[in-house]
Amino acid sequence: MDLNYGAEYEDFRKEVQAFCKEYQGVSFKSESNENTMSDALSGSSANKKSKKEVTRSEWQQILIEKGYIARAIPKEYGGYGGETDIIKSRIIATEFSKAKVPGGMGGQGIDMLVPTLLEWGSEEQKQKYIRPTLHGEMIWCQGYSEPNAGSDLASLQTKGELIDGNWVINGQKIWTSTAQYSQMMFCLVRTEPQAPKHSGISFILIPMDTPGIEIRPLVDMTLKAGFNEVFFDDVTVPEENIVAKRGEGWSVANSVLGHERGSLADPNATMNRLNTLISMMKEQTIDGRRLIDIPSYRDRLMQVQGKVMASQAHSLRLLSSKINPGQNVKLGGMIQKLVGTELRHELEGLAIDVLGEIGTLYEDSPYLKEDGSFQFTYMYFLGLIIGGGTNQIQKNIISERGLGMPKEPKVTEAS
Amino acid sequence: MFFGLSEEQEQFQDYVKKFLADNVTVDEIRKIANGEDAALAKEIYSGLINLGINALLVPEEYGGLGADLLSAVAVAQGLGSGVGPIPFAGAYVMAPIAINFAGSDEQKAKYLPQIVSNETKFGVGLSEYVAAREDAGIDLSGGKANGKALFVIDGDEADYFLLANKGGVLFLVDAKDKGIEITKLTSVDKTRSYLELNLKNVTAEILPGSESDPKVAKKVLDAGRIIFAADSLGASESMIEKAVSYAKERKQFNRVIGSFQAVKHMCAEMASDLEPCYAMLWQAAHSFDYEPDEARLQACQAKSHISEVAKMVSKKATEVHGGMGFTDLLGLHYWFKRIGLNRQLLGGPELIREEAAEIQGFNQ
Repeated sequence: MDLNYGAEYEDFRKEVQAFCKEYQGVSFKSESNENTMSDALSGSSANKKSKKEVTRSEWQQILIEKGYIARAIPKEYGGYGGETDIIKSRIIATEFSKAKVPGGMGGQGIDMLVPTLLEWGSEEQKQKYIRPTLHGEMIWCQGYSEPNAGSDLASLQTKGELIDGNWVINGQKIWTSTAQYSQMMFCLVRTEPQAPKHSGISFILIPMDTPGIEIRPLVDMTLKAGFNEVFFDDVTVPEENIVAKRGEGWSVANSVLGHERGSLADPNATMNRLNTLISMMKEQTIDGRRLIDIPSYRDRLMQVQGKVMASQAHSLRLLSSKINPGQNVKLGGMIQKLVGTELRHELEGLAIDVLGEIGTLYEDSPYLKEDGSFQFTYMYFLGLIIGGGTNQIQKNIISERGLGMPKEPKVTEAS
Repeated sequence: MFFGLSEEQEQFQDYVKKFLADNVTVDEIRKIANGEDAALAKEIYSGLINLGINALLVPEEYGGLGADLLSAVAVAQGLGSGVGPIPFAGAYVMAPIAINFAGSDEQKAKYLPQIVSNETKFGVGLSEYVAAREDAGIDLSGGKANGKALFVIDGDEADYFLLANKGGVLFLVDAKDKGIEITKLTSVDKTRSYLELNLKNVTAEILPGSESDPKVAKKVLDAGRIIFAADSLGASESMIEKAVSYAKERKQFNRVIGSFQAVKHMCAEMASDLEPCYAMLWQAAHSFDYEPDEARLQACQAKSHISEVAKMVSKKATEVHGGMGFTDLLGLHYWFKRIGLNRQLLGGPELIREEAAEIQGFNQ
């Protein structure tokens, strides 16, 4: 066991700490409730009453110049042009979260499309899409799920035909987050109807202002339109908008799905939310008694803290396995989505319970604590338990790939 | 940066696991548990002592290996996985730590080398300090101990007992002292010994460091709790392996039961809740030696959290085995009971969580 990162990294930590000090209290122009909620989800909290105001896009630029985000993305595509360094990434995440300085933008484009293009994209595609995406000027949505292709995603039916050098796309996508704000979609489309289901899919980039696209917002239980249905009626895009070759879309998508599952429940964010919960339990009272002084609440808090501490230590072990080849983490990475999303849901739910009736208030109600972020996040994480590969699908993956248990025998097609 | 057991620590653990796998089958555990084969019990005990597990935590200047608690954790995981029917947490972890941290120079020079040679064996009873039940409790005055110590561990062949009063003063008593009456307590877990001591005017040799500094007793307690957590983790790992391999063999409805999602999901739940416990345990052991500010909270949370996960595993793994899991024939219950005893020793989860809250100043 050696938890020291070494002198070089401690210098780097000091540099990051200095940066955080300089930008402590930075906030974003035109801050809306939308952003407050996304801060609660990511566990960060930008100070709303600060004097330092920047746009999200300016903040992206500042962070890229320091190499705090887009670190390993080549300069020519708008990144920092450094080497991947997971210890530095960890230091950045930890110090930003301690100082409550907001991190870089997330989203489907930055988190998923950029790594995909770096791995699979043509030179032209990299040149064209990565820079504006990193700078927050090009927002992406992901067109994967369909009404009849959820957990069994590979059975998707949205059809793409190559006609006169253009893809003509027809069909429907669902659960498409942020489609209404996006300039672009990366989309899985069946282009080889004769091929077996996994090898008949292509990965195609679609501008959202293309004629024939209709977006219908889908309001979820948080009462926000987090999702959309997207309909395609003879949507026509140039042939070169395909990423990788025809029929390789499933492999392309899978290289990104792995990335998504890891990022859904960041242990740093969970620790921040735990700290927010603890502060609240010290401040709020029932009949003059602090919530934290009520033994049954306190015991539940301690149980959740134990789980959060286990997750934190586990993430250190995962980090270690990435820099020490040969270290065996067995199921290590596979369990993150399942354990992380369940834990966040439990934590936010505990906050609601200790708030009692106040925990049922919502939206613009008086008496809300923490802007109602516990209520919103509790429900939102139920969505994450279902999305990104349901937690039941995760259990199949863990038992089959992690524990070597057999797949369920295929049921012969019912008529 | 490296987070995990070192190669050496893993190797040591593998020796322990291999020794138990090769020498201690369920039939042999049953014989030992039923007290039917004293010679066999002795043979297994000396086999493990030959690996050097007794000398781990004794400093090098007293002839020991001078290892840190993480090494002992590696061993305890191995012992738990094979329900090793020998003393460890008390005799070879808590006793040497207590003597090393609280003993006088003379006491260290006298006892520590004897732990290395295994000439002197220690039973340990801290229940009176952690959570004294009715009818128990020890009065310590004028160099004499009076009262009753319950739930003393590792004491079957002990030459001395390490005990504590409510105030955390640690002391040694000679097992041959005429004032000690030793009664065996039968517990559900018959792989380890459990005693009651009645003390009448017994000469108490106080470890002076524990009188001057109340933190020492906590340190001994933390070490014991981390080791019991490690034992439960090892036992849980073993139960999951057994459940998974049984599920891959046992057939019903013309299929192995491990192909049913109901069974697969139980296995996935066990595995995914246990997996983060490894890192949590190792972090707690590391903090014990190197991060004093974190150490107490880490030890408390590791013991209580791992106890909860292990309880869930012991139940689900038994269920995966169906009726066979319930039988004595299969012997899975030895793991189930080992986890059950570890959970209560040195404080159950609720008591320890309350302590964790106190450490952080939450309950005023």
